[in-house]
Amino acid sequence: MDLDFSDSENVFREECRSWLEANVPLESLPSGDTRDGYALHLEWEHKLFDAGWAAVSWPRQYGGREATLFEWLIFEEEYYRANAPSRVTQNGIFLLAPTLFEFGTDEQKERILRPMARGDVSWGQAWSEPNAGSDLASLKSTARRVDGGWRLSGQKTWSTRAAFCDMAYGLFRTDTEQARHRGLTYFMFPLHAEGATVRGVDRLDGDEGFAEIFLEDVFVPDKDIIGEVNQGWKVAMATTSSERGLSLRSPGRFMATASRLIELYHRYRDRSDPILRDQVIQAWMDAQVYRWFTFQTVTRMMQGESIGPDSSMNKVFWSEMDVRMHETALSIIGDALELDEGSDSAVDAGSWMKGFQFALAGPIYAGTNEIQRNIIAERVLGLPRK
Amino acid sequence: MHFAFADDQKMLRDTVREVLQRECPPEVVRAAWEGRPEGVRAVWDTLAETGVIGMTASEDVGGMGMSELDLVLPLEEAGYAALPGPIVDTVAVGIPLIEAAGTDAQKERWLSPAAAGEARIVVSFEDQMIVPYAASADVLIAERGGAGYCVPISEVSTQPEQSVDRTRELGRVSFEHSAQYRMREDVDTQALFALGRERAALATAAQLLGLSGRMLDMAVQYAKDREQFGKPIGAQQAIKHRLANALIQQEFARPMVYRAAWAVATVSRDAEVDVSLAKIYAGQAAKFVAKEALQVHGAIGYTIECDLHMWMKRAWALAAAHGDAAHHRERIGRHIL
Repeated sequence: MDLDFSDSENVFREECRSWLEANVPLESLPSGDTRDGYALHLEWEHKLFDAGWAAVSWPRQYGGREATLFEWLIFEEEYYRANAPSRVTQNGIFLLAPTLFEFGTDEQKERILRPMARGDVSWGQAWSEPNAGSDLASLKSTARRVDGGWRLSGQKTWSTRAAFCDMAYGLFRTDTEQARHRGLTYFMFPLHAEGATVRGVDRLDGDEGFAEIFLEDVFVPDKDIIGEVNQGWKVAMATTSSERGLSLRSPGRFMATASRLIELYHRYRDRSDPILRDQVIQAWMDAQVYRWFTFQTVTRMMQGESIGPDSSMNKVFWSEMDVRMHETALSIIGDALELDEGSDSAVDAGSWMKGFQFALAGPIYAGTNEIQRNIIAERVLGLPRK
Repeated sequence: MHFAFADDQKMLRDTVREVLQRECPPEVVRAAWEGRPEGVRAVWDTLAETGVIGMTASEDVGGMGMSELDLVLPLEEAGYAALPGPIVDTVAVGIPLIEAAGTDAQKERWLSPAAAGEARIVVSFEDQMIVPYAASADVLIAERGGAGYCVPISEVSTQPEQSVDRTRELGRVSFEHSAQYRMREDVDTQALFALGRERAALATAAQLLGLSGRMLDMAVQYAKDREQFGKPIGAQQAIKHRLANALIQQEFARPMVYRAAWAVATVSRDAEVDVSLAKIYAGQAAKFVAKEALQVHGAIGYTIECDLHMWMKRAWALAAAHGDAAHHRERIGRHIL
């Protein structure tokens, strides 16, 4: 066991820090979940990619640096520490790309990865349907075999930022004779093709961060299937476990939130009570715990172990911690908490209320925490399914 | 960065687990509860033969010269078995304190016997008058008025006190603060006892981790076996979610205990913050798992016929021993705010 970073890891951290300090925009960008903000965020993504920081752990041939998982976590810590813009390319880089690395053909990787990481082609996920949320395997959208490819039909929903995206990926039923998770295929499909309609849906915080996707006989060539036909469930599960586990929720995000919370507490400490003080300490401690839990997990991954259902524990912990941290911040702010972004008197430009509403999504998306607890109970503890 | 134990550390853990499974089943703990500690004494002897009791002692007194990082997994196993006895005081705190602060005569008299399992050490920090396992120990190390004392138990007055955990054999200790018991005065006594406190808190956290692991195992087994409405109660989502929550608390406490062991063993900067995190999270997890395990067991868990209560009561005692959550949270608060 060695819980210090190595010299080369420290050098890597310095390199990240100095580039970010020199390049992160001084003024925060408008929300990346709005149309205008999204465009500005894509410019930032171009800059990140051109300097080799968009996907540090990827092979060099696709624009990465072949960083280790620990180096990736270091990059993330520095990224959040620098208060750099949120990653609007994350649905591609962190969810689709791992699937392509595991199941994609060389042609797909060559064609898709670099434009994805640079933000030249942006990707939305299309898992849920109006009647298939937690019970994803009950999905009804279909793909019909035609010459040279498939025709997709059906409706997808809660697609993050799909209103601004070019492409999406999701599961479609290719064999209607088979039930549930059998007979599904993993497709990548265009959002601006004939037959595709995308309608933005305003989220709880008012941003157009969600979209519904309506598909009527949208053509997709064979080369845009990932994995085998009718094997989509297996392929998709590889992506969902990275969604709920490490990929999006590197500890750096919560350490940065804890640091900002401590700073907020100091600004308002004259009106703070001991309970708030304890909650601020708790927030800092939870972020530390999450960090060391993650480092332990990453060590296992680097030794070649697969993490599997353990990622559900990770997801429950970070999502509920994030809500608690923001609740604490709002308690510190007091009655000014209702002053929203756009109000001149809002504390920290209303970012805590905004962040609180964003945090509230955590226990719902990527598999609700109720589903995660079922997974933990059944697959980790071995309790009977029924 | 590499957050995993070495193979030899895991092998030692497996050895200790096998010994305790064989020699310290719940019946042995129960016998100690009922005033028959002979079985527990035999376990101590076996652990001494395997080298665990002498782990932290230097090789020239028959020990293995091992660190907190080597010790943390065996202590977790001791918690898993709810092994009664002063293993924390003797192995984690007492032997290193005598090595660092004992006079030549004290070292001569106590170190080899302690490492061989023949002398049991208990420790009383300043303001800690009630000491577990005092009456059955052989020597008391005490911190009084900034000075260290090493007192044979025959010279200590021990007034019995009753613990909620009947195996703890609590005693209120007092002794004559005379020069003949004084430890070395040419060392930084305050710093050495402060380090002793860190070791005690860390070792207690390790035991708590083991205690909650066992309580969770008991509850999961019960949820699989117990049937109501024609199926195991563990098939009910209400039970599943309780146990999932218990596992999450347990598994997030784990890396903090291991991290603290590494920090103390390597004399890392701010190691006391890591110890406090370990103690807080291991204590909270053990208390939480205890409550959930009791609820899952239902009425049978509320009896002393069920083994669960012995683990639960140890967890309550240890979560508060060597600094409860409020104490350690305050230490962290001073560090970060």
